[in-house]
Amino acid sequence: MSVAKEGFEPLIVAFCCNWCSYAGADLAGTGRMPYPANVRIVRVPCSSRVNPSFVIRAFQRGADGVIVAGCHPGDCHYHSGNFFTRRRLSVLRRLLEYMGIEPERFQVRWISGSEGAKFAQVMTDLTADIRALGPNRKLRDAL
Amino acid sequence: MKVTTDTICSDLLKEVEEYSGEKVASCIQCGKCSGGCPMLEAMDLLPHQVMRLAQLGLKEDIMKSKTLWVCASCFTCAARCQRDLDLSKVMEGFRVIQLRQKGGNTMHPRQLTPEQLKDAPQQAIISGFRKYSK
Amino acid sequence: MKRVGVFVCWCGSNIAATVDIERVIAAARKMPNVVYASDNKYMCSELGQASIRESIEKENITRVVIASCSPRMHENTFRKTVAAAGLNPFYLEIANIREHCSWVHKEGEVGTVKAISLVRTAVAKAARNEPLTPSSLQITKRALVIGAGIAGIQAALDIADSGYQVDLVEKEPSIGGRMAQLDKTFPTLDCSACILTPKMVDVAQHDNITLHTYSVVEKVDGYVGNFTATIRKKSRGIDMEKCTGCGICYEKCPVKVDSEFEAGMAKRRAIYVPFPQAVPNKPVIDRENCRYFTQGKCKVCQKLCPAGAVDYELEDEVLTVEYGAIVVATGFDILDLQAYGEYGYGKHPDVLTSLEFERLVNASGPTGGKILRPSDGKPPRTVAFIQCVGSRDQAKGKAYCSKVCCMYTAKHAILLREKVPGAKPIVFYIDVRTPGKDYEEFYNRATDEYGATYIRGQVGKVYPEGDRLIIRGVDSLSARPVELEVDMVVLAVAVTARADAAGVGRMLGITTNAHQFFNEAHPKLRPVETHSAGIYLAGMCQGPKDIPEAVAQASAAAVKVVGLLNKDSLVGNPTVANVDESMCSGCLECTQVCPYDAIKEKSITERRGRETLTRTVAEVNEGLCQGCGACSVACRPGANNLKGFTNEQILAEVDAVCL
Repeated sequence: MSVAKEGFEPLIVAFCCNWCSYAGADLAGTGRMPYPANVRIVRVPCSSRVNPSFVIRAFQRGADGVIVAGCHPGDCHYHSGNFFTRRRLSVLRRLLEYMGIEPERFQVRWISGSEGAKFAQVMTDLTADIRALGPNRKLRDAL
Repeated sequence: MKVTTDTICSDLLKEVEEYSGEKVASCIQCGKCSGGCPMLEAMDLLPHQVMRLAQLGLKEDIMKSKTLWVCASCFTCAARCQRDLDLSKVMEGFRVIQLRQKGGNTMHPRQLTPEQLKDAPQQAIISGFRKYSK
Repeated sequence: MKRVGVFVCWCGSNIAATVDIERVIAAARKMPNVVYASDNKYMCSELGQASIRESIEKENITRVVIASCSPRMHENTFRKTVAAAGLNPFYLEIANIREHCSWVHKEGEVGTVKAISLVRTAVAKAARNEPLTPSSLQITKRALVIGAGIAGIQAALDIADSGYQVDLVEKEPSIGGRMAQLDKTFPTLDCSACILTPKMVDVAQHDNITLHTYSVVEKVDGYVGNFTATIRKKSRGIDMEKCTGCGICYEKCPVKVDSEFEAGMAKRRAIYVPFPQAVPNKPVIDRENCRYFTQGKCKVCQKLCPAGAVDYELEDEVLTVEYGAIVVATGFDILDLQAYGEYGYGKHPDVLTSLEFERLVNASGPTGGKILRPSDGKPPRTVAFIQCVGSRDQAKGKAYCSKVCCMYTAKHAILLREKVPGAKPIVFYIDVRTPGKDYEEFYNRATDEYGATYIRGQVGKVYPEGDRLIIRGVDSLSARPVELEVDMVVLAVAVTARADAAGVGRMLGITTNAHQFFNEAHPKLRPVETHSAGIYLAGMCQGPKDIPEAVAQASAAAVKVVGLLNKDSLVGNPTVANVDESMCSGCLECTQVCPYDAIKEKSITERRGRETLTRTVAEVNEGLCQGCGACSVACRPGANNLKGFTNEQILAEVDAVCL
């Protein structure tokens, strides 16, 4: 993938929990709600399955943005999984910020299985944010 | 005025919703606004009727109604409405629509009584703003 | 070397209209490990599945990627296909190129590029898929029903009649619920108690039902087939063995408080039986109001009891019981009318809620079934019924329709006319909704035979004038103002979820909607199941419904429970956490994050050189593990991994996405 800013198409990795956000993405599909194709979804059983190292690996491999999406706090299919997500990833966010990564590049959102429109909106907004920031140069492996 | 495809497809609803910021289309005609309205006796159209006519796009009927000007904006309807609509804002929306019929509703100063003439300059300025500042 | 086969589905034109299938196949053939790629118009059809099976055998494929609709749609279908071809079903990966691609990216080039990327990701994961075998779970052959209104009673009876043990838990001192409070039922006008009481007695006498009244479920752990519930049986202050239910105790009790059962229309004592047909028909001491408990002396009831059954020292009993399935039938409340000052409720005694009116009409109610004004005890001549009080109200009340009010208001109009000859019922409504067998006809009787006048319009204000009530409103059809002088006003108040529904939902791990009604697993096709396997819904706790619907749903829930309990064992989820003991440092961090208590510590002995060492490691109970993966992330040495979603698999996916 080119690092040039001209015609920059960001690559965004979305970790979606199977029960809420992945279902929300399905609903966005069923409802034919368009969002940018820059978003690539990786299915995980629960947002708490997302190891911070997965996020860093994505940035290393050239992702321009990463989003982790789970059930709303309190609605986790596994009762408490997303509470861990919230804690772990807030720490990661601070770490990334400390490393000089724009905080907008890494986001955590709660999208339920009935929020197809919200899924499409969040992905559209995220893509716009990342597009404005330009490519991720800091964390990617040397080309 | 008759309900036709043209009235139903007209922009009246969109227009008044834009001016008032109220979702007039969501009125379910429960009549609670009219039921509590203190100005009811003086109205020719009841508040819920104005809402219905707006949904059907019957602009002329609304425009010639006294109700728009009788409404005291006391907000009883707003407090009661089950759909969270503020009818006083809708009434104001229609008043604005009426006033903004540019050129179509002017009045010659000679038509005014001496008492009215006294306040005319101030009112003219306000009406000018309401009518032409869009 | 893994041999991956890629199968791309057209889904008719759903995928093929956007995604260039030819290009996807050409790209797939160049991906690492891919030995075969083909397409089909409908992969899920019998023909499509057959082509997959044939290709697996012919091309000696060992891992399968199907690019089609969402795995939430057809993952199970295709797992069976793969298994039929002799492979482990978990060798399958699905690339979701319909919901996540062709349906949301209408532009062909963009869609095709993304589809290729999704296939590459699935191929990367599939190449790392390991064979998984589901565990087998035992089922406790006992059901728990929470709430003993008509829905809970029906569910309990149906399950018990099928031969399984049921524990029926009710927080009130008697079973019966809301239906016991009602007078007649629409559209047949048969008396509520007459049809309910026999069922209540059946519950009490059924060999397979254990009744826990005045009890609450405090905690539920476990999972389908293996729930453990903690039930607190609150102390009644009565020795249930000794009590004969003679009723002498409450005659002389000096305390009088509003009766909950009578909706506050009558008083009860501090030691009381909620209503004459109560089951069990034995009293309970209300400790909040009992003079002995509040002031330390009295004991009148104890002195009077001929059986010596009153025992103030009796304590709560806490039971821990195991169940295979749970039915939630916790019922409903009615809306608090604080926000509705315009109706004058609470300010004037003759403004009643429909539940209060129901007690007023009831032959065993506070007036013995005579409709009398609470203010002066005279029969009312005109009664106004106001519908949609708090229902269909997005501003101050509930946005939904309460469903039962139209019908019971018609019933009230009829009952008024029957009990007070010549009285005039006037109904204010927004819409009259009568879908149901014989419902429209019933409403027509109210207007045609019983002289009810229906006025389409909501009431703006109710206020007293002299000893009567003035109603100001409007008839929206004639656009005429309405001003009525009436003797009584009855408000059809919105039904709401129980105030504690969200808490109960959290305890059970089931979700509620915006109005705190419990969510069914699918609004049309799975109306009694929840998203938590083994937990089912019945009655109003799931949403507004009338008695026939509540009973139907309860029987449906019972069938689901019986179907579950009938099984010898359950197939578990194979995507569970797994600990590599050689890497585990024994820090037990994973046990801290597990929501199911599925990880325990274990001692292992191993030989290192000549020494024998004993050390601690973590061990996953595969029956309890639900496969969330929170522990795999918590594991510092990386010994804990989630089968089916291993670190290696997800990292391979990330790498493939970013290519």
